[in-house]
Amino acid sequence: MPARLSILIAEDNAADRMLLSTIVSRQGHRSLTASNGMEAVALFEQERPQLVLMDALMPVMDGFEAARRIKQMAGEELVPIIFLTSLTEGEALVRCLEAGGDDFLAKPYNRVILEAKINAMDRLRRLQDTVLQQRDLIAQHNEYLLNEQRVAKAVFDKVAHSGCLAAPNIRYLQSPYALFNGDLLLAAFKPSGGMHVLLGDFTGHGLPAAIGAMPLAEVFYGMTAKGYSLTEILREINAKLKRILPLGVFCCATLLNISFQRRVVEVWNGGLPDGYLLRANGAERVPLVSRHLPLGVLAPAAFNDRYEVFPLELGDRVFLLSDGVLEACNQQGELFGERRLHRVFSANRQPAQLFAEIQQALLNFRGELQDDVSLVEVSMVEEGSLSRGPLVFTGSGQNSPLDWSASFEFRGETLRRFNPLPFLLQLLLEVEGLRPQGGALYSVLAELYSNALEHGVLGLDSSLKCDAEGFAEYYLQRSTRLAQLREGYVRFHLQLVPESTGGRLTVRVEDSGSGFDGQAIVEQQLRVDRLCGRGLALVRQLSERCTWPEDGRGVSVEFSWLAGA
Amino acid sequence: MSDIHLDSAVLAALQDVMEDEYPVLLDTYLADSEERLRLLRQAMREADAQGLRLAAHSFKGSCSNMGAPMLASLCKQLEEVGRRELLAEAPELIEQIEREFAIVRILFKSERQRYRT
Repeated sequence: MPARLSILIAEDNAADRMLLSTIVSRQGHRSLTASNGMEAVALFEQERPQLVLMDALMPVMDGFEAARRIKQMAGEELVPIIFLTSLTEGEALVRCLEAGGDDFLAKPYNRVILEAKINAMDRLRRLQDTVLQQRDLIAQHNEYLLNEQRVAKAVFDKVAHSGCLAAPNIRYLQSPYALFNGDLLLAAFKPSGGMHVLLGDFTGHGLPAAIGAMPLAEVFYGMTAKGYSLTEILREINAKLKRILPLGVFCCATLLNISFQRRVVEVWNGGLPDGYLLRANGAERVPLVSRHLPLGVLAPAAFNDRYEVFPLELGDRVFLLSDGVLEACNQQGELFGERRLHRVFSANRQPAQLFAEIQQALLNFRGELQDDVSLVEVSMVEEGSLSRGPLVFTGSGQNSPLDWSASFEFRGETLRRFNPLPFLLQLLLEVEGLRPQGGALYSVLAELYSNALEHGVLGLDSSLKCDAEGFAEYYLQRSTRLAQLREGYVRFHLQLVPESTGGRLTVRVEDSGSGFDGQAIVEQQLRVDRLCGRGLALVRQLSERCTWPEDGRGVSVEFSWLAGA
Repeated sequence: MSDIHLDSAVLAALQDVMEDEYPVLLDTYLADSEERLRLLRQAMREADAQGLRLAAHSFKGSCSNMGAPMLASLCKQLEEVGRRELLAEAPELIEQIEREFAIVRILFKSERQRYRT
């Protein structure tokens, strides 16, 4: 049963008007009548009828003009206008349509046809109504969605902001809403001055893809700041994502650990496209291949944290990309693919232009811009050339302990699995006076620890590292020997004493390495070698004092501070 | 009664639609038609082809609705004359229209009478 409509009848002929009005009323509608176009427009404005029956030729204002005005007032709403006419010339009918008419009714009127036309127009009218309502609803939902994304992005930016993506040795390209494509780019300084960089790509799109980014970023920044290693961070992120993400949601990622001091990069790639190590001389492109499942897939026990180590020269660049580049699709359904990417690499002359050239190649390939591309490039620079903010602390800063000593001995099994540095650093940074030196303290402890572990406990020969082959061999031996480690130890003796002006920390590091048979001079020489080049210089430069005790067992370093400094 | 002047089938349908309002419709038509005739004469006097056309068009519409086919047909011819601005042919046609309307008027009056009783 059609709804009761309010119908405007504009007809200058009184008899016809009366007839129509009666027919329309008998059909259950409400009729409004006007005897010329001007009256019709006024009545429409006042009563807003849903349908109009309009005579074409009328005095004062004709039906064409009235129809135009009514259509304009109706706006987006469909107010069907049926022209009442015995006009037979095609041209006149065209004028009716051009003025906004939707249908015609010829005289003499036929009740059955009129009723059918009113019903048909009412269906159209309601369809348009539904379309408009749904359009508004969709627009509203979309507005909600964008607003939610803005809020989510603002929160996320706060979390991600603690990073160092702005460092001068990092170049990156990400669409502003990359987060909602599932792309994630994080970079942070380690306490030692090195850098962790993570490029991640969550499965899916929109909020579900973005939701895992928050905990991942928290773990990444929190653990990096506390001095945890690449493998520990990977394990924690994997375990956390595995625990909280639904099945089928995971994160393809590459994590880089760059040491400017040692000039190496550690790379772990789980599921991202090959990254590349681009040599400064342009001679070589070393692929950084995915060797693992993405983060959040495997249970902690099955997770593999094995990473690869590459030596870097000044100016070498590590380039990572998300699959948006390779999977860009043109109108023929072809993928951009690695071959085209390599052509861009080969043609590149100015490193600074690489990103622009990749984008241009994508544009040429697709014919339109690609907006889900994430690119990042990290360069090896001189140590110390990057300025960085102070370490961030999570402690309350109260009840700072001042007078204590403690000794730790980490033995075989522990050395294989556990990195004692974050633990020691957290303990020492409870001392408020040491916090301004946190970075230096960490660097010195890290250097002394790796020296004790690699040379003392594992007996590795650092002279191996003089060329690229030896370099790889060195790290191969390191992991083999570490895996087989049963005995041996590294000891940390920490002594903290208050002084009148502040306080002093003495750290003595010993290891189970051999060759301490009182040959002090030889020993001394050996140690200098063992702390190969930059390492020793670093320890000396960063600590206040650095000594080798008489008995030759271990190294001793001191840090002091002034109260209130 | 001849259906050339007034179509009885149309009248039956009108009566069915209008019910009690049927006589009012007839009165309205007759009054409106007098007005159209006045406008036709005026337009002719003033040699207003467009006015002639509009009045003839409107008159034609109500005649066809009210079941006066002969009168509607004459109005249509006059409308055409107005459209083509052949004013010389108008007086003859108007005279025919007046004659035909006189007949239709009488027929409607009797229809009105018949309905009342």
